[in-house]
Amino acid sequence: MTQNDISMEAINLTKVYHRGSEDIPAVHDVSLRINRGDFVSFIGPSGSGKTTLVNLLGCLDNPTSGELLLDGRRIFSNDRHNLSERKLTEIRRELFGYIFQNFYLIPTLTVMENVMLPLTFYHKKGAGNDVLGLLKLLGIDHRKDHLPGRISGGEMQRVAIARSLVNSPEILLADEPTGNLDTKRSAEIIRILKELSATQGLTVIMVTHNLELARQADRLFEMRDGGLRTIDGGGDTNAGCQMP
Amino acid sequence: MITKFQVAYKNLLRKKIRSLLTLSGIALSAWVLVSLLGFNHGFETALNKDIDNMGFQMMIMAKGCPYEAATMMLKGGTGLKYMDTSIADTIRKEPDVEKITPMLMQTVFDPNKGESGGIAAYLGVEPKSYGEMKTFLTFRQGGWFTQADAYEAVMGYEAAELEQREVGDLILIPGKNVQFKVVGILNRTGTQDDGTIFVPLRTLQKIFGKTDALTTIGVKVRKDADSSRIEEKFYALPDVQVVNLAQVKQTILSLVSTAKVLVLSIAIIAILIAMVGVINTILMSVHERFQEIGILKTIGAMPGDIFQLIWIETLLLCTTGGVVGVVLALILSRITELVFRNLLPYSPSGGLVLIDAKLVLFTLGAVLAIGLLSGLYPAWQAGRIRPLEAIRSDVNG
Repeated sequence: MTQNDISMEAINLTKVYHRGSEDIPAVHDVSLRINRGDFVSFIGPSGSGKTTLVNLLGCLDNPTSGELLLDGRRIFSNDRHNLSERKLTEIRRELFGYIFQNFYLIPTLTVMENVMLPLTFYHKKGAGNDVLGLLKLLGIDHRKDHLPGRISGGEMQRVAIARSLVNSPEILLADEPTGNLDTKRSAEIIRILKELSATQGLTVIMVTHNLELARQADRLFEMRDGGLRTIDGGGDTNAGCQMP
Repeated sequence: MITKFQVAYKNLLRKKIRSLLTLSGIALSAWVLVSLLGFNHGFETALNKDIDNMGFQMMIMAKGCPYEAATMMLKGGTGLKYMDTSIADTIRKEPDVEKITPMLMQTVFDPNKGESGGIAAYLGVEPKSYGEMKTFLTFRQGGWFTQADAYEAVMGYEAAELEQREVGDLILIPGKNVQFKVVGILNRTGTQDDGTIFVPLRTLQKIFGKTDALTTIGVKVRKDADSSRIEEKFYALPDVQVVNLAQVKQTILSLVSTAKVLVLSIAIIAILIAMVGVINTILMSVHERFQEIGILKTIGAMPGDIFQLIWIETLLLCTTGGVVGVVLALILSRITELVFRNLLPYSPSGGLVLIDAKLVLFTLGAVLAIGLLSGLYPAWQAGRIRPLEAIRSDVNG
C-alpha cells in the first residue's frame, strides 16, 4: 500500500470536554487508518463518542491531543492542536462533503439551487461542471425545480448527498444519514453511498445506530466509552485497524 | 450558479410578514426624513422668494412692532398704523436710495366673502414706481391703471380666480359704495401679490379719507450703499420704524427653526426605532437559522461569506424601505404641505415641501448607511457561528 492510497490516518486522537472542574473524555486514544475509496461505518450507543470522533476526523472540531493526517498532510499534531475556524473551513471545503440526519436544506431554494449552493462560497477547480448529471446520478433530476418542502425525505437526503458532492470531495462524512428515513429509503441511501465509494473512489465515513445498515460498509467500527474496536475483524480495541 | 444576493433575497421571503413590517418601519422613517428635509429646504426657498420678490430691501412704516407689521404686510392682514406722505418725499431725497414706492393698505369686512364673511384687503399703489420695483409682474389680461386717480383695479391671479373676474368687470368695495373697473389681471407670481387687489394710491386715500396717509414705503437702496447706515438714518425720522427684510427673513427662519428642531428630533427617533427594528429582525432571523448557518460553513462558507449574506439581507431591507419611503414622500408631498400649512402660524406662498434629486440621494444614502450599521452586529454574530455548535444543537453521539 502506498502513501497515496491512504485517505485518512488518526494517531492517538483524544478529545476531552471540560464541564466546570470535571473532565469528560469523549474520545480516548483512538488510532485508525482509512484508505481511499473505503466505506467505513461507526456504530455505538448514544454518548459513546462516535459523533465526536467523526467530528474530529471531519475537521469540525479540534482534538485535545493526538494527530490527524489527511492524504499525508498533517492536519492536527501534538504540538499544534487548535486550528482556527477559518483554517478548518479551508480544509473542510477542499476535502470533505457532509450529510446529516436532518438534511439541512434551505427551504426557500429549489433542489438545483440547494445543490449548487456550495459553489457560491467555494468553487473547486474542475468541480461543479455537471450539476444536472449529479442529480441524474442520484435520481432526482426530475425534482430540480422543486422546493425541499415538496419532495420526500428520501429525496431530500439525496439532494443533501448531491450538495455534499458538488465540489468533488475526497471524503464524505455521513452522520446518521438514514435517521429520518424508513427502511426502504434507508437501504436506498446506503446503496447510493456504496456505489459512490465503489465507482468514484469516494471515501465514505458513516455514523449510524442501525447495525444492519452499518454492516453494509466495507469496514465496521464500534465506539464504546470513547474507545474504538472493530466488529468485522472481531478483535479488541484498535485490532483490525491498520495501525500506523 | 446562485449568488449570495439571491440567497439573501430568498431568505427574506421566508418570513414575509416580518420582512414587510420591518420594511414598512424603514419606509416610514425615510418618508418622515425626506418630508422634513424637503420642508426645511422648501420653506427657506419659498420665504426667500416671497421676500426677494417684494422688490425692495426695506419697508418704512409707522411706529409699532416692525416685525409684526411686516408679517401683516406679507399676510395682507389688519391692525394698520399710518404715517404722513411727506416721509416719502424725505426718503426719496436720500442719495443712497435708488427707488421708493409708497403704499396704503386698507381692509374692510366683506360679508360676501366665504361662508360667514371675511376681510378684503386693498393695496393702493403708484403703478409706475410699484411696477418698476416689481419687474417680474406681468399681465395675463389688460394693464396698469390709466390715471393716477382712476376708479380702476388690477387683480392678482388668485384674487381674480377666486372672485371669477375678467377685465371689464366691476368690483364693489363693501361699505363704501364705490365701484372699481377691473383693468388688468396679473399672471401668477407665487407671491402674496397673487391674492392682492391693487387700486391707485390716490383713489384709495380719497375713498378711505386718508389723503395724506401711507401704511408702508418700499425702499430699494443702491447696490453699493451701506444698508445698515441708511437704516440708522431712517430710524432718526419721527414716528417711523424701519423693517429690514433680511432681518424679517432671519426672524421668521429662527422662529420656524425651533419647530424644525423638534420635528427633526422626532424623525431621528423614528429612524433609531426603525434601526433597532432592523437589528431585531435580522438577529431573530440569524437565531432561527443557527443550524442552517452552521451547515453553510460545513459546505464551504467562510465567516466572511456568512457576514456578507446577512449584511446583504439588511441592505436589501433598508434600500427597499428607503426607496418606498422616498416614493411615498414624493407622492404625498402635497398632503404633507397642507399639514405644515395648517400647523404653522405663518407660511410663505409657493411650495413648502421641496424634494429634489439631491435630497432623494441624501436620504437613500442615509438609509443605506443605517442599513450598513444595523447589519454589522447580526452579521458579525452569524459569522461567528461554528458548525460544530450547530450540529451539536440537535445531535447526540
